Amino acid sequence: MPSYIIRRLLQIIPTVFVALSFLFFIFFLLPGEPARLIAGGAERNVDPGVLERIEERYGLDDPVLVQFGNYWQRTIQWDLGDSYLTRESVNEMLGEKAVASLRLAIWAIIIEIIVGIAVGLLSAIRRYSIGDRLTTILTAAASALPVFVLGFVLQYLFAVQPNKWDWPEWARLRTSGIGPDTWTFFFIPTGEQWRYLILPAITLASVTTALLARMTRGSMLEVLRADYMRTARSKGLGEREVVLKHGLRNAMLPVVTLIGIDFGTAIGAAVLTETTFNWPGLGSQIVTSVQQRDLPVLLGFTLSVVLAYALVNLIVDLSYAWFDPRIRLGKGDHG
Amino acid sequence: MTLADPATTAATDSSHEPGGPDELGASRPFRADVWRRFRRNRLAMVGLTMMVVLVLVAIFAPLIAPYGITERTAGSARQSPSLDHLFGTDDIGRDVFSRVVYGARVSLRIGILATAISMVIGLILGSLSGFFGGISDTLIMRVTDVFLAIPYIVLAVAIATVLGRSENAIIIILGLTGWLGIARIVRASFLSLKRLEYVEAATALGFSRRRIIARHILPNALQPIIIYGTIAIGSVILAEAALSFVGVGPQEPTPAWGAMVNAGRGRLTNAPHMLFFPGAAIFVTVLSFVFIGDGLRDALDPKLK
Repeated sequence: MPSYIIRRLLQIIPTVFVALSFLFFIFFLLPGEPARLIAGGAERNVDPGVLERIEERYGLDDPVLVQFGNYWQRTIQWDLGDSYLTRESVNEMLGEKAVASLRLAIWAIIIEIIVGIAVGLLSAIRRYSIGDRLTTILTAAASALPVFVLGFVLQYLFAVQPNKWDWPEWARLRTSGIGPDTWTFFFIPTGEQWRYLILPAITLASVTTALLARMTRGSMLEVLRADYMRTARSKGLGEREVVLKHGLRNAMLPVVTLIGIDFGTAIGAAVLTETTFNWPGLGSQIVTSVQQRDLPVLLGFTLSVVLAYALVNLIVDLSYAWFDPRIRLGKGDHG
Repeated sequence: MTLADPATTAATDSSHEPGGPDELGASRPFRADVWRRFRRNRLAMVGLTMMVVLVLVAIFAPLIAPYGITERTAGSARQSPSLDHLFGTDDIGRDVFSRVVYGARVSLRIGILATAISMVIGLILGSLSGFFGGISDTLIMRVTDVFLAIPYIVLAVAIATVLGRSENAIIIILGLTGWLGIARIVRASFLSLKRLEYVEAATALGFSRRRIIARHILPNALQPIIIYGTIAIGSVILAEAALSFVGVGPQEPTPAWGAMVNAGRGRLTNAPHMLFFPGAAIFVTVLSFVFIGDGLRDALDPKLK
């Protein structure tokens, strides 16, 4: 087991290296010169002398390959450089924004797991009932509704309308920003915080919840037909135990794979959700940095997202062992 | 070699002749069967109807739209929906209904062309990887790993910044980033199909690899590819909307639905129609592809029912 983890961790390195190098060179092909950005903006007329000094100071006049080498040398030491625009340290920005993203993500995941599995399970057990049909339609709808459109619809229903019709204060939710930023135990909102959290959390959860419900339903339907389910029933076990212990646990195996694959989808959803609600997280910052061509911020943030993605996939692989003890990790795989 | 090739294909073709009508005879009821099952699926038919309407709207956009996409009505910025302007007007007095109608062209064109590009790439790489295995397989799978490691939207936004923000650029970007799923599906089908007896028989008969891939394996791997392709058009349209929304889609005055939603985001209080109608258009379009894809899956694979 430990050797398997180590081998998987080592496999991450080349992937991350190639992925980030790819982005690095893509941004080097960009028309806008970074020196001009540092000097205050792409549109401004800057004294060529100033540009030269900036290029020298930031090493932008070195050949691309030298800059590339320097970039990796710094990155390995987890020095992600400074923003071209605000000169803020990327490491510090990352810490700040990652926390905001994480808090939002935790709530989205809580919603996803509770709603997604419950809906999928009920839908499978009561197949062809009205609830099941409704689930089929709603999950398809949720996967077709753009995240940002859902976000704006929620904003309209729960913030714009309540203000227009003078609903009581407790019924009005907030649509923009992170609010007072008060939390206990890292992720539990206190005071007014929940008003800012609830809409983006629901929005972020929508897509993956629908996928999870769909997948749980399909997987559960398959499991319900299995022989061991009949065996469990004929042993005289209660229906609840049969469904939850023998059914759900086996049905979760393919679902867990999906969670790993869909982490990419979830990141896309996070980028859009944070942009829609002006939530100051990694996703909205990445969009801003791309638009401003702020290369150090973009690369640093992407690096952390890529690493998180790789880590999630590793955890997903490891969790197979928990769901299905028959799988012996690393055995019979001499790669 | 080059001389011998046509001869062998000609010979095998004629030797297959007696089997030809049989094959057709077997496939016709299957197709009719699929269509029958598809037709019985209410959601799938709803999806198909929505799609037909959409395609008609896109084709006959100039006849349907009462105004042009850049035409402004003086003194009527951000008007609420009325008989004159069914979906109201936008910030500079353009008719939202007309722009949504023309937007169907943009979305469908991008969706279909980008999916076509990623299908071609995915089919080629997936079949190479699945059929030959070995180094080509390892290499191709490593490349997909790298692409998968970069969040899709970051990658697309990054390439968009380089390629520019035209419609063609978006088609290329979405085509170049969308082939991973197809490649994996094709590879998986090839891995299982190439071990079957009839492929061995074809190899024993001395058919070229290209022929075996194109005529013997690929047709049998088509089902999942068709299903995936249908759903892929929907998700490409969704991705295009997302890119337009964050500002890297086709630029003004192209009526991209995502960009129209973005233009309306600050007007939620006094002109929500600017945002809701293009948003609903994205939703309905993608939904039709999802319904059709689901219907196809159920119809092609009755075992799942």
